[in-house]
Amino acid sequence: MSAKRLIGLLLAPAVLLLGGCQKLVLLHPQGFVAKQQSDIMITSTIIIAIIIVPVLIAIAVVAWKYRASNKKAKYTPEWDHSSQLELLVWAGPLLIIIAVGAISWIGTHKTDPYAKIDRADAGTAINAADKPLEVDVVSMRWKWLFFYPQYGIATVNELAAPVNRPINFKITSSDMMDAFFVPTLAGMIYTMPGMQTQLHAVINKPGKYKGMSANFSGAGFTHMQFWFYGKTKQGFEQWVAKVRAKGTDLSTSAYLQLHKPSIAVPVTYYTKFSPGLYSRILNRCVIPGQVCLSQQMAYDRRTDEGKLWQKGKDKVKAMNMSMPMPAVTSKPASASTAAAH
Amino acid sequence: MPHRSEIWNILFGRLSLDSLPFLKTDLEGRIVLVTFIAVSIGALVILGLITKYKKWGYLWKEWFTSVDHKKLGIMYMILATVMLLRGFSDAIMMRSQQAISFGANHGYLPPAHYDQIFTAHGSIMIFFVGMAYIVGLMNFIMPLQIGSRDVAFPWLNNLSFWFTFWGAVMFMISLFLGDFSTAGWLGYPPISELAHSPGVGVDYYVWGLQLSGVGTLLTGINFLVTVVKMRAPGMTLMKMPMFSWTTLVTSGLIIVTFPVLTATLFLLSVDRYLGTHFFTSALGGDLMLYINLIWVWGHPEVYILIMPLFGVFSEIVPVFSRKPLFGYSSMVYASVAIMVLSYLVWLHHFFTMGSGSAVNSFFSLTTMIISIPTGAKIFNWLFTMYKGRVKVTVPMLWTMGFLFTFTIGGMTGVMLSVAPADFLLHNSLFLIAHFHNVIIGGVVFGIFAAINFWFPKAFGYKLDEFWGKLSFWGWQIGFWVAFGPLYVLGLMGVTRRMSHFDDPSLQKWFITAAVGAAIIAFGIFAFVVQLVISFIRRKEYAVGNDPWDARTLEWSTSSPPPAYNFAFIPRVHERDAWWHMKKNGYKRPQEGFNPIHMPRNTGFGVIIATLSFLCCFGLVWYIWWLAAVCFVGMIASVIFHTFNYHRDEHIAAEDVHKSENDPDHWALENQSVLA
Repeated sequence: MSAKRLIGLLLAPAVLLLGGCQKLVLLHPQGFVAKQQSDIMITSTIIIAIIIVPVLIAIAVVAWKYRASNKKAKYTPEWDHSSQLELLVWAGPLLIIIAVGAISWIGTHKTDPYAKIDRADAGTAINAADKPLEVDVVSMRWKWLFFYPQYGIATVNELAAPVNRPINFKITSSDMMDAFFVPTLAGMIYTMPGMQTQLHAVINKPGKYKGMSANFSGAGFTHMQFWFYGKTKQGFEQWVAKVRAKGTDLSTSAYLQLHKPSIAVPVTYYTKFSPGLYSRILNRCVIPGQVCLSQQMAYDRRTDEGKLWQKGKDKVKAMNMSMPMPAVTSKPASASTAAAH
Repeated sequence: MPHRSEIWNILFGRLSLDSLPFLKTDLEGRIVLVTFIAVSIGALVILGLITKYKKWGYLWKEWFTSVDHKKLGIMYMILATVMLLRGFSDAIMMRSQQAISFGANHGYLPPAHYDQIFTAHGSIMIFFVGMAYIVGLMNFIMPLQIGSRDVAFPWLNNLSFWFTFWGAVMFMISLFLGDFSTAGWLGYPPISELAHSPGVGVDYYVWGLQLSGVGTLLTGINFLVTVVKMRAPGMTLMKMPMFSWTTLVTSGLIIVTFPVLTATLFLLSVDRYLGTHFFTSALGGDLMLYINLIWVWGHPEVYILIMPLFGVFSEIVPVFSRKPLFGYSSMVYASVAIMVLSYLVWLHHFFTMGSGSAVNSFFSLTTMIISIPTGAKIFNWLFTMYKGRVKVTVPMLWTMGFLFTFTIGGMTGVMLSVAPADFLLHNSLFLIAHFHNVIIGGVVFGIFAAINFWFPKAFGYKLDEFWGKLSFWGWQIGFWVAFGPLYVLGLMGVTRRMSHFDDPSLQKWFITAAVGAAIIAFGIFAFVVQLVISFIRRKEYAVGNDPWDARTLEWSTSSPPPAYNFAFIPRVHERDAWWHMKKNGYKRPQEGFNPIHMPRNTGFGVIIATLSFLCCFGLVWYIWWLAAVCFVGMIASVIFHTFNYHRDEHIAAEDVHKSENDPDHWALENQSVLA
């Protein structure tokens, strides 16, 4: 891998200007998922360069050699076809694309954000005793709210996780569309109101890393940043204890207060939160009396239209195909998600 | 807000003195005020000069109401150049804001202003610079190249131009009246929904794009029919010049995709005006629907932009390599393959939205496959130069710059098409650097290559070479200085659309990028100087009808071409028809002319498009009476125009004779720049 790295660096001269390359986080991520994604990026760049670099050289060489003033160069004023060259012209890019395509196909399945983490990194297995850390993420105008349901705590604009323990993120948004992105940890994923996306990741090295919204979401978007801490097992326990010691109560009314648009919100700790709050944010029924999306969808399924949908689904099933949910979410929040809280 | 009477609301909708941003006393207000004063003085000077020299009648009769594809093409080019200056001012403001906005310094643009600027920059550069330039080029060149006297629907062509023009005006007005959208150039919900953008900004955006979108759609239909039906006798499809082929492909793309844009924006506007919930996050609406729809249009759109320029390069490389285009048929198949494939890749703009890996890998593969025909094209241009006699004129310089820059842009494009890599690179400055790499390196370089190549045809004199080369190097060097740092920043995990940064170590990269933008500004300045100097020295720079010793039919007629293009429609036997005519000793006839049947100018295009603009303006500001009156007026004008039976006229044989024997056309007949 280090040889490959080296070639990768040589390919980007700008990179060398930096001296220490640690700032190029996308080339040196510390999370296993981002690392695989980064390796795929570097490998495919090298493969593409196999054709791009010779082409760039050829353009310069041909333009120079066949310059008009060079009367010694061969000149074929009528030549405009060669089957062999045409074959090369099409087959060259095709072969490269087959190689890169294979890498992308395999890599897309391997680093699927919805797929569970089965290794801490290439050489480290997961400690069987560690259950994945559950984190429920809400992007808000313009701050991040993180729930830790296993610990009963929540934080604003600060995220922490123990190293080498898989993290299962469930992600939604209160109003806008953002993207949850910790470059060193894993590729980004959109956050959308009324919908839940997922990300499975693991951090391999303790440290303080940058996290942000990577999708423009309005006036305060620029300041929608947070620190992500990779911590040792003890370090994480201490951090949880700190949150518990300093935290306040995230009641429904406290959440509605937090929900108001605000910029550059300081790190805030909550030692408990109103039950099922994440699920109610996801289903857009935080204010008492609002109908939750999940309830509405369950109701719709029982009505005439729902039955029609069911009928269609049976028909499709008979044709051995699958049909998407007839509802507002691509990955709808199921009743079981709500029950988990 | 002062108290507003009911009558004011009825008359002026939500328009009030508060809508004038230059009356605000903050920094933003002052920036707008200075711009407003500068623009007003400029406009008054131009209008004053036109009035002083009594040119209004001339402009109206000869240009505004013209149905001549050449004049319309030139008007598109002028519109695009003006909008380039506007879009580029936005770029300079963004670059300078990002270069200074570090730590305690928050720059000079608050988010509300900065967000408008990047939204305007993106949409103006795509719709009113890129699109206007390519439509202008296709308008001017394609009918000449296929040996036709005009496009299939000349009046429609005029109407399309005015729709585009008023769309651009809609965007420009937002500078001084109200504000512009802050939702990004594609207007993603939820930001573009009424709840999050209650002002007029998104409405300006929607109606500006609706106007220009209709114009573009009509242009697509017009050009498709022209290429299919109006080629000179003997010009089979496989003997058609490459630029006309790419015009055909582009028109096909426009016809299929622009209705999607119109429908998507329509759904967004009924959400905003009528309270429906297509894209809201409540009551069953879904923003993902919008994002899919807008990219179903948006991805083919980038091929709409680049395709005609692929055609331009396919014309320029053979002429200056003094060889026919290598692999003509494979070029044609590549263009058609790109056209079909470009419909199948839209999801690669949002791999990160949570589609499954099966969906993502499918779209990753289709995206990569599109690089095969594109790569084949690069090779074909290379083999056209191979064993040729490459003369590095200004158009060829732009072409070589394109080959280098675009190829590298293609490489970063394939990197982004690898879905796992895209999860890291998406929405980063790496992405920004990539698409500027292909749009500047491909579209913009192509446009300047085309302007330098065909300018002598359009005006009868060539463009200054020295300033042309300076302009090229300004753009070429400026591009890498401006966007090289963005590639690096992208790899550092820096994302787009930020108006402020905390990490001071990033600042040097942004300052470098700002310097790059300044170098590009010099390139644009040199282009303007090039136009001015060439105009001043037009007598000295006058050239013949075929200054480059070129290969296609547009070079067989006079420079500038007469209104009827060809006194006799040429008969085509070979590909590179003009080249073969010259080789076979073609002599241009000097007598025996017949009257020529031509379409007559009409003001209905101006009237209908202006009424639609006023209707849309009324909708933006909720001035319902204005919208209603103009809508009715627009429909009435269309109906009324159907009764206009004086749509054509004949150019008398004597006039043709006089024009064809004009000594100006003959003085330089055999003078070639290349000689």
